[in-house]
Amino acid sequence: MKDIIYFDNNATTRVAPEVVDEMIPYLREQYGNPSSMYGFARQAGMKVKEARSRVADLLGVSPDEIVFTSCGTESDSTAIWAALRSYPDKKHIVTTRVEHSAIKNLGEYLARNGYRTTFVPVDEKGRLDLDYLYKHLTHDTALVSVMWANNETGVIFPVEEIAREVTSRGIVFHTDAVQAVGKIPMHLKDSAIDMLSLSGHKLHGPKGVGALYVRKGTKFSPFMIGGHQESGRRGGTENVASIVGMGKAAELAGAHMEEENTRVRELRDRLEAGLLERIPNSMVNGDPENRLPNTTNISFEYVEGEAILLMLDELGVCASSGSACTSGSLEPSHVMRAMGVPFTAAHGSVRLSLSIYNTQEEVDFVLEELPPLIARLREMSPYWVKARAC
Amino acid sequence: MWEYSDKVREHFLNPKNVGEIEDANAVGEVGSMACGDALKLFLKLDDDERITDVKFKTFGCASAIASSSALTEMLKGKTLTEAEKVTNQDIVDFLGGLPKEKMHCSVMGQEALEKAIACYRGIPVEEKEGEVVCECFGITDVEIKKALSQHQLKAVEDVTNFIKAGGGCGKCHDRIEELIREYGVPAPVEKTAPRKLSNIQKIKLIEETLEREVKPALKKDNGDIELVDVDGNRVQVKLKGTCASCKSANVTLKDFVEKKLREFVVPDLVVEEVQE
Repeated sequence: MKDIIYFDNNATTRVAPEVVDEMIPYLREQYGNPSSMYGFARQAGMKVKEARSRVADLLGVSPDEIVFTSCGTESDSTAIWAALRSYPDKKHIVTTRVEHSAIKNLGEYLARNGYRTTFVPVDEKGRLDLDYLYKHLTHDTALVSVMWANNETGVIFPVEEIAREVTSRGIVFHTDAVQAVGKIPMHLKDSAIDMLSLSGHKLHGPKGVGALYVRKGTKFSPFMIGGHQESGRRGGTENVASIVGMGKAAELAGAHMEEENTRVRELRDRLEAGLLERIPNSMVNGDPENRLPNTTNISFEYVEGEAILLMLDELGVCASSGSACTSGSLEPSHVMRAMGVPFTAAHGSVRLSLSIYNTQEEVDFVLEELPPLIARLREMSPYWVKARAC
Repeated sequence: MWEYSDKVREHFLNPKNVGEIEDANAVGEVGSMACGDALKLFLKLDDDERITDVKFKTFGCASAIASSSALTEMLKGKTLTEAEKVTNQDIVDFLGGLPKEKMHCSVMGQEALEKAIACYRGIPVEEKEGEVVCECFGITDVEIKKALSQHQLKAVEDVTNFIKAGGGCGKCHDRIEELIREYGVPAPVEKTAPRKLSNIQKIKLIEETLEREVKPALKKDNGDIELVDVDGNRVQVKLKGTCASCKSANVTLKDFVEKKLREFVVPDLVVEEVQE
């Protein structure tokens, strides 16, 4: 296999070798069910407990406030349904126009099924209209769900401030922090956030495991109804190996938090500044002042994102795009549209998201290779040099 | 990730005939920036109306670029009459297939060719015929009808895959469905999954069904029916007129009213009569 330059860490991440090492025994010898009584299974139970503590430490909460799930989407669905079932008389939820589809599509589903959903708009830099949000809170509002950081642009939302405002009115506050956990230091004990979703595979853990933080005292109702696992908050035998992996990943994320915010940030800045300098008619999407340290989203005018990605793929570079063609829909991503990015730029948006495993050599390789590639596609584009019309 | 054939990849990574022809005698341009793809096709014909040179410029994804490249390769050396016969399916076949979501890329090729030929013949570019159905992509009913018959389309999704109509905001889906019912290939009859209705939608639908399907029949016998309440799937009604005293009222309720409501609303409704 050719060398891969992986710049798509907001999609998923490399599983840390230390994580794999800790998981292996729970796939091979230690196959006991944590619920079983005998000593053989006890090791698995202990390891799940340790994982719970590690995740809790990363978030600054108590272990009994962590519920393991199968993914970020399950955590999101669990949180929203828990709030709605706990307040059956309330039929309104508030979220944003730029949420991940785990929340966006659920919000739209609810709007078709007897609930009202308010989608808060963002400005051209992807910043949330807080006045709009607060103005739309009513006595009927059961829940507000705002992502901590946007997956496409990396823009960070002031969720702690929003949580204070929202919960002071007796409304539940949830945040989808799948992209933020491990990149932004968190001390949820001191915050007013009621529930928070995270995912294992976004922080160098395995796929198929997530967690939901549920603040002590928050009304709750399980999404997966079944056995007594997770203190009755999520039925189903624990995915022991993956939970162990997520625990280790959480521990490592805590240890790498500083590197993420220094070395990775510098790499991202070098990449972004270099591309903007070398490629005319390019611009950053999002709020450069308030972003995840690892993410940049750049539009290259007059070219189409899928074509860029496939040409990068030929070079072994992995990235993603908000272009219509990559999603299978015909419009650019809902995030780009919500920000009002013009069509000329939205179709040619490329997201590059880094991790601690990336190097300066990789950044320099992309700085070398991407500009001629864009130039080549522009040479092909009828918009780049406007030809005479028939 | 799309499954592209080797031929698509080859024509995307090394497209043939990119560029413009200074002294082209036929140019066809389709698509727009908003659409996400656009193609400008240049043809040079000799005195015998044979295509001696062909070039293109394309803004779009890999399959748009590959379709354009394929089209230009196919056109080289053809006479105008031969070129006129080239369809989007020929482009697809040349490329060894396209993912169904990408069919519109090949349609774009055919349209650019049609425009270029019209340009050569001096036929003025006419205003779009018909009424615009899909406002996001400016697609008219005439174009949709053409696509329906040409490509044997059966569903809105197919229409979107071929000519993009309905791929934006989705407001025109109802209208496209109407056009499919009228002009499309009839879809195989399949049992529709039970609908998920909100309470209000359910009550409205029950009322409508009673008005449209039930009351006229009862009124023929001087009877009538009134909706009292809907509790979950229990529909409570009151029979009036001759029905109120009719001995076969229960049969009417179960065999007629309940059957109609189950058919038009949801299949698990239970009709109950409430007495005065």
